[in-house]
Formats: sequence, C-alpha cells, structure tokens
Amino acid sequence: MYVAVKGGEAAILASYDLLAETRRGNPSVPELRLAQIREQMGTAVARVMSEGSLYDADLAALALKQAQGDAVEAIFLLRAFRTTLARFGSSEPLDTSTMRVRRRVSATYKDLPGGQVLGPTYDYTHRLFDFTLGEESAATPEARPADAPLDAVMARVPDILGQEGLLEVEQPAAGDPAPTDITRDSLSFPAGRDVRLQTLARGDEGFLLGLAYSVQRGFGHNHPFVGEIRLGEVAVEFTPEELGFPVDLGDLTLTECQMVNQFAGSKHVPPQFTRGYGLSFGHAERKAMAMSIVDRSLKARALGEEVVYPAQQEEFVLYHSDNVEAAGFVEHLKLPHYVDFQAELELIRRIRAERAAHAQGATMPEAAE
Amino acid sequence: MTTGATSTTPRQRWMAILARASAAELDDMLPRGARPAFTTLKPAETGTVMVQARAGGTGDRFNLGEATTTRCVVRLESGTMGFSYALGTDRAKAESAAIIDALMQDAPDQLAPAIARLGKAQQAARDLASRKAAATKVDFFTLVRGE
Repeated sequence: MYVAVKGGEAAILASYDLLAETRRGNPSVPELRLAQIREQMGTAVARVMSEGSLYDADLAALALKQAQGDAVEAIFLLRAFRTTLARFGSSEPLDTSTMRVRRRVSATYKDLPGGQVLGPTYDYTHRLFDFTLGEESAATPEARPADAPLDAVMARVPDILGQEGLLEVEQPAAGDPAPTDITRDSLSFPAGRDVRLQTLARGDEGFLLGLAYSVQRGFGHNHPFVGEIRLGEVAVEFTPEELGFPVDLGDLTLTECQMVNQFAGSKHVPPQFTRGYGLSFGHAERKAMAMSIVDRSLKARALGEEVVYPAQQEEFVLYHSDNVEAAGFVEHLKLPHYVDFQAELELIRRIRAERAAHAQGATMPEAAE
Repeated sequence: MTTGATSTTPRQRWMAILARASAAELDDMLPRGARPAFTTLKPAETGTVMVQARAGGTGDRFNLGEATTTRCVVRLESGTMGFSYALGTDRAKAESAAIIDALMQDAPDQLAPAIARLGKAQQAARDLASRKAAATKVDFFTLVRGE
C-alpha cells in the first residue's frame, strides 16, 4: 500500500531546474532542434509513435527531446498528451494493399509479382562504424533513382499464397464488427484478436522481442517464416458525420509483417499454414516481426494447441506488454514508502521480540531445575 | 490522385491534395490578404482519429493507434461550407484548406489550376521515392543460379 506524503515542494522545484540543465547538457554544444530529431532519429520517433499509440512525428520528437532520448519516458509523455485530445472518431480500416511501397521483401517467395525491394535497410550493412558521420560533412547523400517507379499497387504475399488454399484465411467475422478499444474498455479474458492486436501494437518492443525469441528457441509450438515485410505510405481515410463521405487525411508511414507458420491441422482444419500479423507506425520492422510472432503464438487456444509456454498465455502477455504500466509499477517503488516500511519494520521487531521472549520462557524452567 | 481506395469524386481528390499540402503552400495558393469573407463554424481544432486496420490486412478490424488530426469548418457569404480534415496539428493550414474547399465548390476555375499543380508536385515526389526504391529491387535467385 502506498501512503501519500506531503512537503518537499522546494526540493522538487529545484529538481526541475537541475533536470532542465542536465537535459540541455554542455551549453557550448548547439541545442537539438525538433526537426533534427524528426528527420535524423526517425526510427526512435517511430518507436515512440507506435508504443505511445499516437501518430505524430513532431510530438514524438518533442517527447524524445524532453525525455533526453529515454524511449519509455517519451512514450509516457505522448500517452499523457493523447488523453487531452478529443477523438473525432475512427478511420476507415486501412488498406495496406494500396501501400506505396518503399521496401518489400519475402523470405518465402523468390519471384513475387512486383519484385523484392530492399529499400532503406540495415540488413545488408556490415555493422562497421562509419566514422565520417562523426565529422561535419558537406555532401548530402542522395540515392539514385531507377528509370521507372515500382508497380503502383503490389499484392500482399498472403493474398497471393492464399489463392492455393494452403494458408489460413483472414476475413472479417459476419457483419464486420467494430473493434474493442482497450483505451476505453479494460482488458478481459479470453481476449479477442482485436484486443490482442491493439495491445501488441502498443506493446513494448523489447518485451515482445524477447517473447518472440522464446517462441523461436522452442518455448512455443511454431516455426515462423517471413511471408512479407513491407514499408511505405498508406492513405488514411475518415468519414466525418457532417460530410457523409470518406476524406483522405493524408499518409501514414507503416511497417507491416505477415508471418507464415507451420500448422499440422486438426480434426476440423486440414494441414495448412497459419498466420501472425504485425503492423506498426513508422519504420519499425523488429517490432512488427515480434508482434506477428506473438500474435500467432496467442492463437494457440483457438487452434487447439496446448498452452504451456509464456508467449502462448494471453493474460501473461497482454497484462505485461505495456511499458508505461510496467514502468509505472516498477518505478513507483522509488517514491516514499515510509509508512509502509515502518509498518513492516514494527512487525518484524515484534515477531523477533516475541520469539526471543518465547525462547527465554522455554529455557527458564530448565534453568530452574 | 492518391492511393486512397475510395477517393474518387473531384471534391475528395482536392481535399486529399490539400490534406498533404503545407500551410505555406496553401498561403501561396490563396494569399491571406486575398481571402473572401467567411464565418468560422468550427474553429481549427486538433483532436485524434483512431486508426483502424485489419488482422492480416484483410481480416477483422482492430485499433492500431490514434493519429493527430486537425479540422476546421468555415462558411462563405454565399452560404457554401468548406471543410478541412488532415493529419497533424497545423491549425493555420486547416483554416486555409477549409476556405479553399468552399471556394472550389463555388468557383472551381479560380483555384483548380493551382490545386492541380500541387497535386502534380505531390505525385512527382511519390514517383521519385518509388524510383529510388526501385533502384534497390533485387532478384536473389538470379545471382545464385548463374549459368
């Protein structure tokens, strides 16, 4: 139990000043501008947007600056700000098949209609330092364009594979029900796929990565293949009540991962590949991949698989993936717990005193004999 | 003009172009001094839209996360209402876009060429990004197969 404390105002205010000075660092070094963070720390911005559950690169850049680059603190700031905004409504469901692709790879299909597009990836870099980045460089790097653009629309790999009937079908339930929103209704179990995917989409990358890794190492029943990863821009549409038609709000940069997994089949389902899905704001492949593996492992119950490993247990996964909640609960231990601790201290002293008295009482008759 | 699956009417097309424009581009299109009289029905306001996606891209809907969105509604003296809904937090841009939306309904000839130019520039930027991506197209198996 936490009992509130009073006092400390002056010290707290002074800590704000010291924090501001510490955040600024050496004042002889030019101060970071938000546009620099937004443009040059793009994947950090993407993580804050995804897990902060609010797409806004400028606000995510501000959050990162204010948090001195601490991703979880920045995510907390963005989540807190979000609660101050009115919600106009829900978008039309995104259609990622219309994505203007900048990167698209498949580890399962060599000859894809539209081709494999490496895009801006670290995958084939040597992970050797580029010390020129530490120098004041005059030259602006520029990629050379090909003569022709990519196909305007590239079919998603599962849509192609699905035509053979070898892949689990993803189609909406009858009536295309509106999804549950975990920011308005708290989690309950068993959780639907909508609840699982929303929770995973805003879940901590590190936590989900660890779980996905555990699945791969044998603490899960499936062997994942990357059906497709795609990165690019997707238009988002919203239908305002007063207009009655969908308005294109602009483009979201998204990373999508379609994971394909082995499945032996069951009494009702012939052997086929099952699927896991990952989708995140910005360029965030590791997150999207981890999400897709965990999404698949959480299908264990629905597929009649034995639920024995952590990554298959939805209460464990969904209750512990949110880094704002997790950080809050772990870090609140730093706050004064004096009353709490005092009570524990009193209790231990009393038990010890009682035990000592009891021991003394027990030895006395012997001494008397 | 855009890849939005249902952006089909002329008005939807120009609203999509305006949504992707910057405040400065809209000021160029319709300088602040040259604006018609208008009444603000809904002052520019930033809120959010919950972005929905589909499991596997085609399945059940789920909530991916919210996106900041700024809207504005104005009315010209003609009575025509102009709307703006766009991603981001730019309120000045929202007001400009709403006025332009109303003007485009009243007298499309005035601003249509400027909007077409903007749309073309946006398309050119998309095209260039796509061509740069196309330069990274790879066929791993051709390399392995050899002759």
